[in-house]
Order: sequence, then structure tokens, then C-alpha cells
Amino acid sequence: MQNFKVELDSDGILVCAFDTVGKTMNTFTKAALDDLMAIAERAKTDAAVKGVVITSAKSNGFCAGADLEEMLGGAWDAGALKERSVSATENGTLDKTDPEAELKGAFAAAFEMNRVYRALETCGKPVAAAINGLALGGGTELVLACHYRVLSDGPKVQMGLPEVKIGLFPGGGGSQRLPRLIGAQAALMAMSEGKSFKPKEALAAGIVHEVVADDQVLEAAKTWIKTKGDPVALWDKKEFKIPGGGPYHPAGAQVFMMGNALLRKQSYGNYPAVINLMHAVYEGLQLPIDSALKVETRYFAKTLMTPQAKAMIRTLFFSMQAVGKGSGRPAGVPKTEFTQVAVLGAGMMGAGIAYVTAMSGIKVILIDRDQAAADKGKSHCEDLLKKAVSRGKMTEDKAKGVLDLITATPDYSLIKGADLVVEAVFENTELKAGVTKLAEAELAPDAVFSSNTSTIPISLLAKASVRPENYIGIHFFSPVDKMMLVEIIMGEQTSDATLAKAIDYVLKIKKTPIVVNDERFFFANRCFIPFTAEGLHMWAEGIAPTIIDNVGRATGMPRGPLEMMDDVALDLLVKITSETAKAEGANYIPIPGEAEVAKMVAEGRLGRKNGKGFYDYPEAGGNKSLWSGTKEMFPVTMAEADPKQAEELKKRLLYIQAVTAARCFEEGVINDPREADVGSILGWGFAPWSGGIISLIDSIGAAKFVTELDRMTGLYGDRFAPPQLLRDMAAKGETFYGRFGKADKKAA
Amino acid sequence: MADSANAAYIYDTLRTPRGKSKKDGSLHEITALNLSAQVLAGLAERNNLDTALVEDVVWGCVTPVGEQGGDIARAAVLAAGYAQTCGGVQINRFCASGLEAVNMAAAKVMSGEADMAIGGGVESMSRIPMGSDGGAWAIDVAAAFPTYFVPQGVSADTIATKWGFSRDDVDAYAVESHKRSAKSWAEGRFKKSVHPVKDQLGVTILDRDETIRPSTDMQTLAGLNPSFAMMGEMGGFDAVINQRYPELERINHIHTPGNSSAIVDGSAAVLVGNKRAGEAAGLKPRARIKGMASIGSEPSIMLTGPSYVTEKLLKRLGMSVADIDLYELNEAFASVVLRYMQVLDIPHDKINVCGGAIAMGHPLGATGAMILGTVLDELERTGKSTALVTLCVGGGMATATVIERI
Repeated sequence: MQNFKVELDSDGILVCAFDTVGKTMNTFTKAALDDLMAIAERAKTDAAVKGVVITSAKSNGFCAGADLEEMLGGAWDAGALKERSVSATENGTLDKTDPEAELKGAFAAAFEMNRVYRALETCGKPVAAAINGLALGGGTELVLACHYRVLSDGPKVQMGLPEVKIGLFPGGGGSQRLPRLIGAQAALMAMSEGKSFKPKEALAAGIVHEVVADDQVLEAAKTWIKTKGDPVALWDKKEFKIPGGGPYHPAGAQVFMMGNALLRKQSYGNYPAVINLMHAVYEGLQLPIDSALKVETRYFAKTLMTPQAKAMIRTLFFSMQAVGKGSGRPAGVPKTEFTQVAVLGAGMMGAGIAYVTAMSGIKVILIDRDQAAADKGKSHCEDLLKKAVSRGKMTEDKAKGVLDLITATPDYSLIKGADLVVEAVFENTELKAGVTKLAEAELAPDAVFSSNTSTIPISLLAKASVRPENYIGIHFFSPVDKMMLVEIIMGEQTSDATLAKAIDYVLKIKKTPIVVNDERFFFANRCFIPFTAEGLHMWAEGIAPTIIDNVGRATGMPRGPLEMMDDVALDLLVKITSETAKAEGANYIPIPGEAEVAKMVAEGRLGRKNGKGFYDYPEAGGNKSLWSGTKEMFPVTMAEADPKQAEELKKRLLYIQAVTAARCFEEGVINDPREADVGSILGWGFAPWSGGIISLIDSIGAAKFVTELDRMTGLYGDRFAPPQLLRDMAAKGETFYGRFGKADKKAA
Repeated sequence: MADSANAAYIYDTLRTPRGKSKKDGSLHEITALNLSAQVLAGLAERNNLDTALVEDVVWGCVTPVGEQGGDIARAAVLAAGYAQTCGGVQINRFCASGLEAVNMAAAKVMSGEADMAIGGGVESMSRIPMGSDGGAWAIDVAAAFPTYFVPQGVSADTIATKWGFSRDDVDAYAVESHKRSAKSWAEGRFKKSVHPVKDQLGVTILDRDETIRPSTDMQTLAGLNPSFAMMGEMGGFDAVINQRYPELERINHIHTPGNSSAIVDGSAAVLVGNKRAGEAAGLKPRARIKGMASIGSEPSIMLTGPSYVTEKLLKRLGMSVADIDLYELNEAFASVVLRYMQVLDIPHDKINVCGGAIAMGHPLGATGAMILGTVLDELERTGKSTALVTLCVGGGMATATVIERI
């Protein structure tokens, strides 16, 4: 047995310390499950074993769940599943004509964890979990299958079933045991939000029996076995009743009725995992546990086979980690440690950048044209720190330390010795050129100069630099302290060493960098702007604004396009539009409705910031309501939308973004599908259920996507026209991950 | 089916008064079986009916559990002292069960399955609470999720929001319902069909509908809180129906206990038969059943079915909206009736002329049979000819019947 260190103590307690081979964190590989099965077998058959304690031999936690890499590494391809179904047949041969072979294989593969956990639960000996560290997903599910749970009160200890966050739901018995333990309502809330529990919360919720000091966990588990040691799970006892009642108990019925409503309210039907979780809990609670586990597995396997789950796991688990570690960083450049960073411009963006930089322990010189302007930026940092202290997220000492790292000054000579400059002054080429010269005069030859511009080409700005190979774009999103994404923009002459340094900086401040090339609006804004523009198109077509925004939210975007414009500020949009028009000259194609938005701005409707935009925002707070003028500017011709019409509008709002992303790949603006997917979700909240903007296209399939785009081009205009790249991919049956995939194809 | 041998005629109708569905309601002490039996026995007695001629009793009941469970129809037939050869079947089409029962009884006659049958129903809402029979639609995600299930009060509020009915509109409708109901009682319009309920000893316990408030006015109604706001906003149901109807900015919650149907106990029966059976029983037909229909409609908004079933049935009968002299649409919620009048362009003085469920109550399983009897009495009183009876139904359905006075 390689994955558990097993020892029978003098009391006859079989202590099994989990220690997955070749992993830093315990995860359930197939081999580890086999070992656990052997433990259950021994407990059942070996009379010397009086009880079992499951604990972890690793210091960093108990168990982080199933090994996703192994679980998805090809094991869920159709072919592999068909092979798998062999084990489900009586004579052990693969019936190639069996149309259900893939599904049978999926069941067999997904049921493995349930089979093993259930064997442990019914081994006939008391089984206690000594949870000496973090237990998530399959780790929490394992301990739920134990008869007794003792949890360490360590500071980093947590338990929970976070599967929905990557498009799955607890499929190792969690959807059945948790509601039987704490009731359907509490369990559904915990599982549908993927909530994690700290030790005291876990005890209060009734998920564990005892919370003790970290070094007492094993002893407490043993004591229970020696003193009480009941080998029968609650739900296997005759008198068992579901706490709070099952679906047709009067109180339970309310839980399910409301649960179904909240499910739709929160998911808009976009997430198969949460719907299948509800199916599994509803049906499972009406069955004995053994049948319930089978039902759970059927819904789990069904979920795992959806394109949404596959794409969400890939992007939100694997790619998020890879990109978050700097997947785009050129190899071979030594890592840069930052001691001092200069931020030019102490406005909202500059101050935010200074704040996140200082938070990572780097000294910051925050420069503006005079002391007062620079101080204003620092006081913004102070406000953010005070807020963090008041919310208990930071000690006052730590906050003071962070603030002390920031020097606000108009004096450029102070930036001498900076490893990096981030320029965040107004979007004006001459102004930026001026501050570049001032700064470079003080910098060492290998220091990197970066601009936070969102609209001006980096190569154009780099002309003001004496070292254009050291010049790069580092594009933050607002508000800087909250938004995780940073776009790194390569100018024509930017060197790999500069890119590596920029990425090192972004990683140091704990943000996620994606590398993009120097085209107007770069990647994120380039793809996001068409979403709002499509809202304007719809408005101008006479689609009721309420429909536009309701449907917009139903796509999974954080806001509808019109309310989003209100949030961004209409005057800003007018400014961007007019600059784009100026830059594109004769090639500029006006967006219907942009003149009307300019008119709204002229009439003082600036958006949410002054309480008047597409909506009126009551001063006293409360619900916003649509401004009646929207219907006068464009009379409503579509006053209601049935589900089919709504679906078409949703498609328009998502596909216009996705086709733009495809163009970005064609033009080389971005090269890595993982960065595009992660960037779309972190950057502008692109429908997370899709796994990101490129996964959306891959899930639809290039051929079908092209057909749809051709249809939509005919109906709505050339902005939907598919680029040649997509036609080529359609002809060859390629996916973006297949054609552009950089490293792992784990979940492809 | 006109005057063929199998044409279905209504020979008589009878109902209990409706008792307030509270612990102190007059009918709370009377079992659902007893209510059913008193109506069935009363119908037989006043027609001097040889109950061996009645081949089946179709009995609507929406919450068939406890004392209303296990096919209450058969138990009621026997408790009423009918011939043991008379069968009984309990059916459930939610709020239209009573009318559906009459339609099924008529269908048995028209198809030649039976010469004479009774349709009707019962609901003791004070004894068997609404919803206590469970049901998958709201609770099983497989049913609730794809259909955008919301409780019907939220649907009624959505109808009002979508088609522009204000709180004043629905309250004004409710005031008129009480006024008409009170006036109808005062003029004795219900006398012919109301069968007082006796207690266990044989003493009359209720002889009038118990929930009418003749003094109800706009001011008293305006003081009531919306019933479904909390459920809609906190419970997530507004968001659900808003996803189905994205044209709505938000749901305007205007229905209160004052402009929704009252919750009551009661029972009703309609005696249906062909010409031959009527002659055998020595009875004169009072009306002919011209046609019946049921439909399904969009389930989330749920309660818009009556106009669709009306259009379908009138088309099949070759009739127009104007050909109907009197309409009876169950007052489940005021917005349901207002929307029906709006979409079919029916004047208020042709619909629910004797008041309705907002004032007198809606005993779920029985209402359809009750209002059929009410409108037949009114046709006879006014000398008018044709009436259409319809009810909105949970799950997005509706049932209707057209009758012609003889």
C-alpha cells in the first residue's frame, strides 16, 4: 500500500495516514482509492481491527479531493469510457454495438469514489476521521463517509464542497450525506455556493463532531473509537429521519420550492452542475442511501460530460493556475526581485497601482505634478487600508507598514534605483512622452518603463523612450485593488527580458498576467466594447431596453449592456467613441445609438455616477428605473420577448464578443487560448459558465459557429462576419485549444 | 351532438353555501365526506331521483389526502345513500375540477358510456389545507426549472404588471364583486340552488355564503398588504418569472386577500343525462351542454388560459364572443378577470353578474360546478339563452363549458 501509511496500534485501531504518492497535497488518484478499498476490506475481514482512523501524513492538509488531472486526463474521452464499460458487463467484453457503452463507462468511472467510500462506511467497524488539515471536495466527502469526525482548529484548516466553482457538484456522496447530516436547506446552500467552513463554523453547522487542537486530533479520534465507536452511519439506522424533512415533508417542500427559484435566479439556467445537484438531492433524499448514491453518480457523470463542466474545469482550475503562475513568461530570463517601483500619476488608477504594489512589500514612489496631487493619491491608498482594517482583514500595524512604503512626491529624482516605472497619467500622447523622458533620465539602463494606457498603441508611446526594448504596456483594470487581471502589451521592439520582468512584477503583486500584442484596445476592451455596442444596436432597432438588459444578464455577464454603460459612465464612452472615430478616420463605422448617447451626455445624463443615465438612480438608494426618454429616442418595436427571441438576443451579445476574440487570434493580438479564457473571465466577467470566450467557441464547434455567424451577418450586419481563421478551422474540424493549445490538453 | 340521442342535458344543479375556511368557519365542523353526501342526497331528494339511474359520479377534489383521499367520490355516493350500482371517481384539474367533473359526466353521456351521471366536487379547505397533497411541479427541479414555476399569486401579479392593471383597478373589481354578491343574495338569486348544510344533529349550520362583506370599499381594501411581495422578492420568484418575461422591469405586487378569491369550504353537484334518461326519471331538462374544452397555456404566468380556451371552444361551436349572453369566469384573482375582459373585449355587465369568488369564495374542487349552477339560474331568471363558464387552472390550463337554456 503506497498511498496510506497503515499501522495497527495496541488497541486494535488501524491508523491510516493518507500520503498520495508523488503529490504535494493529498488527492484521490485511482491508486489511492484502491488503497482505501483495501483498508475497508481489511477492516471488514480482520478480527484484530477494532476500528479505523483516517488521517493525513502530509503537513499541508488532509485531502484536497479527487485528482482532477488524473480524473480528466483522457479518462473521460468517449473511447476510454467505452473501454471502461467493459468492467460493467457480465462477461467482461466490450460490446462495440452497445449504444449505451459510453454512458455505462461514465457511470462506472464516476461511481468509483462512491463504491469505495461506501465500502468503508459499511465495513462493520467504527471509522473515525482525524482531520488534521484542509479537507475539500472529495476530502470532505471522505470524512462524511466516516462515522465520526474530529477536526483540527489550525488557522489554515477549512472544510467544504467547492465543486460548483469548477462546474461540478459533490459526486463522492457529498450531495447525499451532507443533507442527511445537516438538512437539505443548509446543505443545498453550502453546496450550491461552494462555501467553505472554518473549524468553528463546521462544528456549529454540525458537519464535524469535535474541534480540538491540532496535536489532539488523532487521540480524540481514537478515544471515540475506544469509548463509543458506533460502526453504523446515521442514515443506515432504522429510526433515521432527514433533518428538516425530505422534499414532501411540509417544511422540506418549502426548501425545495424556494431552492428551485433561487437556483434559477442565481444561475439563469446557465450552469448544469447546480441544476444536476438539485436533481440529485431531490431524488436522492427520497431513497435509501445505496440507491441515492447511484442516482448521484448518474447526475454527476451527466454533469461531467457537459461542455460547460469540461470548459470550466479547464479554465477555472488548470488554466487559472497556469496563467496565474505566468504561463506567458519567456523561459531563461532570471527572475527579477523588485525593491522599488515608481508610479507616475496619482489619480485613481495610479493610486490603485501604488496600493497593490505596496501591499506586496515593494517600496513605491508615487509621483504627480505637485505635492498636493501626489498626496491625494496616497490618501486614496490610506482609505483602502482603513477599510481593510475596519473589516478585520488587516491589522493596523500592517496597514501602517504598507502606507509607509509609499512616498508621494513631485520629485522625479526620487525614482532613482527603481526597477520598474508604471506610468498612469492622462491618456495624452504628449503628456506621456514628457513624463517618460523625465523618468528615464533617472533610471538605470536595465529598468523597465511601462504604461498603463488603455487606448494608445504602446509602439507609438515607445517612440518617446530612449530604450524602446525596455518599454512595455502593463494594463490594469479598474478598480485596481479588486480586478485580478493585468494585460501585458508587447510593443514592436519590446524585448523578452522586459516581458519577463513585467510578468514577474504582476505575479509579485498577486495578479494574473496575460500577454497581448499592440492593437487598438488590446484584447479585453477590444472584446468587451462590442458587448455594449451590441446593446446600442438593439436599442436602435427598437428592442425594449428592459429586454436588452434582462437578456444581457441572462447571458451570464455581470450586467446588461445598457446598465453596464451607466456604470462605466456615458461621457467616458462618448470620449472613447469620438477618439476611435478620429483614429480610424474614413474607416470608422458609427454605432447606431452613439449619437443618442452623446445627446444624453449633453443633457447631463452621465450614467450612474450622477444618478442619471439609461436609468434613473434614486438618491435615497433602492431600485433604479428605466429613464422614459430611452423609448422616445428609439420607439419600441419589440415590446416582449419569448424564450426563443430571448435566446437569439443572448446569442448576439455573446457571439459578437466571441467573434472579436477569434479575430484577435487571427491578428495575433493574443496567442494562448488559456490566457484568452482566463482573461475574459477575470477581465470583464465574461459568462463564467462557458469557461471563457474561446471555450465558448470550442464548445459550439467552429463549423457550427461559422454557420451561425454567417446567418447573423445576414440578419444584423458585417460585424458578425467570421474571420478566415474560423473558416479554416471549421473546414479542418479544429478547435482553438487544438490549434493554439500551448501546454496541457488535460480537459480538452 | 345537437339534439341527437346522446346530447347531454343539465337536469338540475345544487350547491352548499360556502363557509369561511377558518377554525371558526361554519363548515369547519363538517367533514368533506358529509358535505359531499348532503349535496348528493339533496339533489336526489328534491328530484325524487331513482339513484339506480345514475351510472357514475365524477367528483372534483384538489387536495385528495386524508379524509378527501382514497376516491372520496365513491365514499360520498355510498354515504349519500345512492344505489350501490352508482360508481364514483375523484378527479383533479386543480381549480377547474368541479367544471371538469361536469364535462366528464357530460362526455360519458355524449359518448354513450352512461345515460345519466353527476359531475361536481368538494373542498374542505379548512380541514385539508391547500397544497398538503404535495405534487412535483413546484418541488421537483425537473418540473419547476424548465417551466419557470412561480406560486400563482406571483403569476397573478405578473398578469397585472404585464397588462397594466393597477392596485386601484383590482381593488375596484373586488368592491364590485362584493356588491354584486350581496345584491344577489338580497334578491334571492341563489335561493334555487343553495342547499343549507345540516350539522350532525340535523340542525342547519350554514345557509348563506359566509365571506361576503357588503360594506367593503376602496379604502378598506387599500389598507391590506400585498400577499405575494415577500415571496416574490425574497423567495426569488419575481426573478424566475422575470426571466420568462424579460420585458418586465419588475413585478408589481398588487394582489391582497381582498382582491383574491376567498378560501372556503363547500360542495356542488350537477345532474347530467341524455333525453332518454331524463324521461325515465321523469325530469325536464333545464339546459343543454353545447360544448366543452380544456387547454394548456404558458405555465409560469399560469392564469391566462381562460381567453385561449374560450376562443378555442367558441371557434369549434361556430360562435363569436358576442353570441354569449353571460360569462362566468372564476374570480381566482382580480387580474385574471380584468385580463380576460380586456383581451376578449367583454363588458363588465356580461361577466360574473352575480358576483364571484372574491366575495363568496373558491372551494377548489367544487367551484366549477357551483358557478355553472349560478349562471344557469341567472339565464332562467333573466330569460337569456347562452352562457360560457370558465376557470383559470394551475400549471397553465383552463377549462370551459358553453350551455344553452331550454
